Amino acid sequence: MIEFEDVTKVYPDGTKAIEDISFTVEEGTTTVLVGPSGCGKTTSMKLVNRLEEPTEGTVYVNGTDNQELDKIDLRRTIGYVIQEIGLFDHMTVGENIATVPELVGWDQSRIDDRVDELLELMDLSSDYRNQYPRELSGGQRQRIGVARALAADPDILLMDEPFGALDPITRENLQDEFLQIQERINTTILFVTHSIDEALKMGDRIAIFDVGEIVQYDTPAEILSNPKNEFVENFIGENQAFKQLSITRVREVMDEPQDHESASAEVAPAADGGEYYSISPDNSLQLGLTRLLSIEHTTLPVVEDGEVIGYLTEDHVRSYFDSAGEQ
Amino acid sequence: MAGVVSTTLSGIRYLLNHLPEFWELLAEHMVLVIVSEMLAVSIAIPLGVIAARHEKLKSPILSVGNVAQTIPPLAVIALMFPILGLGFLPSFVALFIYALLPVMVNTITGLESVEEGTIDAAKGMGMTQNERLTKIRFPLALPVIFAGIRTSTVINVGTAYLAFFIGGGGLGAWVISGINLFNMPQVFAGAISGAVLAISLDLILAAVENRLGSTGPASAQVAA
Amino acid sequence: MEPLFISPYIEFVTENFDQLVARLVEHILITAETVLIAVPIAVGLGVLITYNDRAATAVLWAAGIAMTIPSLAAFGLLVPFLGIGSDPVVFTLVLYSQLPVIRNTYVGLTGVEEAMKEAGRGLGMTRRQRLRRIQIPMALPIILAGVRNAVVIVVGVAAVGAYIGAGGLGEFIFNGIRQGDSVMIVVATVVVSLLALAADYGIATVEQLLRIHNGEEVEQRVSTQLIERAV
Repeated sequence: MIEFEDVTKVYPDGTKAIEDISFTVEEGTTTVLVGPSGCGKTTSMKLVNRLEEPTEGTVYVNGTDNQELDKIDLRRTIGYVIQEIGLFDHMTVGENIATVPELVGWDQSRIDDRVDELLELMDLSSDYRNQYPRELSGGQRQRIGVARALAADPDILLMDEPFGALDPITRENLQDEFLQIQERINTTILFVTHSIDEALKMGDRIAIFDVGEIVQYDTPAEILSNPKNEFVENFIGENQAFKQLSITRVREVMDEPQDHESASAEVAPAADGGEYYSISPDNSLQLGLTRLLSIEHTTLPVVEDGEVIGYLTEDHVRSYFDSAGEQ
Repeated sequence: MAGVVSTTLSGIRYLLNHLPEFWELLAEHMVLVIVSEMLAVSIAIPLGVIAARHEKLKSPILSVGNVAQTIPPLAVIALMFPILGLGFLPSFVALFIYALLPVMVNTITGLESVEEGTIDAAKGMGMTQNERLTKIRFPLALPVIFAGIRTSTVINVGTAYLAFFIGGGGLGAWVISGINLFNMPQVFAGAISGAVLAISLDLILAAVENRLGSTGPASAQVAA
Repeated sequence: MEPLFISPYIEFVTENFDQLVARLVEHILITAETVLIAVPIAVGLGVLITYNDRAATAVLWAAGIAMTIPSLAAFGLLVPFLGIGSDPVVFTLVLYSQLPVIRNTYVGLTGVEEAMKEAGRGLGMTRRQRLRRIQIPMALPIILAGVRNAVVIVVGVAAVGAYIGAGGLGEFIFNGIRQGDSVMIVVATVVVSLLALAADYGIATVEQLLRIHNGEEVEQRVSTQLIERAV
């Protein structure tokens, strides 16, 4: 859990980065700090692992004022991912991931097991272990960056524009993967981005920053349906109903079949096409619509763990879209 | 420490007492250094530009240049003796050759180091090859070329002392005969004036470089 | 060109083989002694000045000035204090080696990508751990390039040191000039140049191996390929 209590940060040159900020990130949830550049979101994040120190106020990490904790120990218990990734080019992928476990003195076999486990979690084969970062693509590098941050099993993960430098398709894939990973590891996450779409997708709660202050701190749905003021409204931009699709999961609108047999019968032709012609219940409705539009059928099977558990039709999406638009 | 101060003072006294001779030696030294350097620069830069354009010329020139730079200065001076004998000319030729290659190598690497994107942008704006060279590549390569000129000038001042061994004159006369006669004030007078000359030439070149509008001090250059 | 052209040189080498080897060994010893003293000092200074920009400027400037003192003059000036022999030569050579090694150490350490340093900080590395685990390994090939540069200078300038009795291959060169013996001059200059080239090539190979160890892609020299294949 992370709590900000009346935190103000003024830089030595007199610039006020943030003023009197308070919010709480509940355990196991993701809070996204979003806002234009220079709004203080990155500074806020760096206050958590004490890469910056507050001028006033207190930041609590798991209930303790982080000023009372040793800076170095604190950082080793908090995962940290940045946009530039900052992989150590002179170390292999395995060595990079092992950084913090080595710093805190795990024994070698435990480190090895952990590296294997994380490579698997990141969907990377163990062949990557002895490769050097320079040989990898941007997406692979950022996967390693995330794995390195998670290595010592931190309770808290700080992510500063982690997918910002990637191309849109890789970014989307990594976001989806990361959402799945988050469900398994259940870490408390503070996530910084300048993209409202990413915030809506990744966050359980979103803190919208204007210069130095939080304008609204709410769930994505609440922010979309009840923007607090004009700034938030402008920031979310047009197509709010469409954006709602991106934060709604297929599971919420799909039809569950009465029994498995009839479901299989209904979607059988489409299911032949493989992964592309099906969708996971945890995917967004937006992706569901995209896939529906790209196939000839009007019905898309919803598949979980290799089994068809429901189906999605254009009508589902349309009626959801209408109701979202009315709000 | 007291010894250092008294040597310094006696060195300066020696210099002041032998001013006419000093001017003569300094003039010889400067002619050796400056003329050979200028000649080397005026030949090395065009050669470097041509070499940078021709892949086939470039790599042999670069490897010869790099090898040549590892040959000790004394070796270059000494080798002139069997070829050209004693006197001013062999010294001059040795200094010229020794200055030529670093400037040429730096010209080539400077031109090479200009980013592909910058060149593409210039191409895209419709610049001809010559315009790209004079307006883009050369100005961007200038700091590297100047670093080569400055380094080779400073080395040149030092190497010119060795010219006295093959009868080339210059400040080496005071230093070498001073060592032979154990005349420390004379050694000091000869030594310090050369160091001042090297530093002055380096500062003048830095000023010229600034006037030409390129940035980055030579000391920021990393040995590769 | 008739084969007889090289015969006087071969004759000289066979007749003076023991002397040549002895001088070569002297030359190598002077170089080694210099490197052993100079490199720790220069790397230490290079590390220290990363803590303070103003100190960095001052130290690099001073090391630059040291290089402008003509070698011969420096030797001569040190004789009253350190006597005749290799001591004043080694002292001067240590001074000369400072600039390339300090500069490359400084640039190598400070040139490490900001993102890597930030990641190191964020992952909970202390300043010393960042230095030891990130900055020094990343800077090592660059520092070695500086050492290579310094060694080439040292081998060359050590030859001049023979004039004040330091021994080494320079003795043949000076004797050759004094006696007007071209063959002696040519043989000695060739040997001293080969020594410089060999040192340059050898250190460059180690540098490449370090770069490969750091995961860099380099165009490998023949020697590097051979070692890589052997390992």
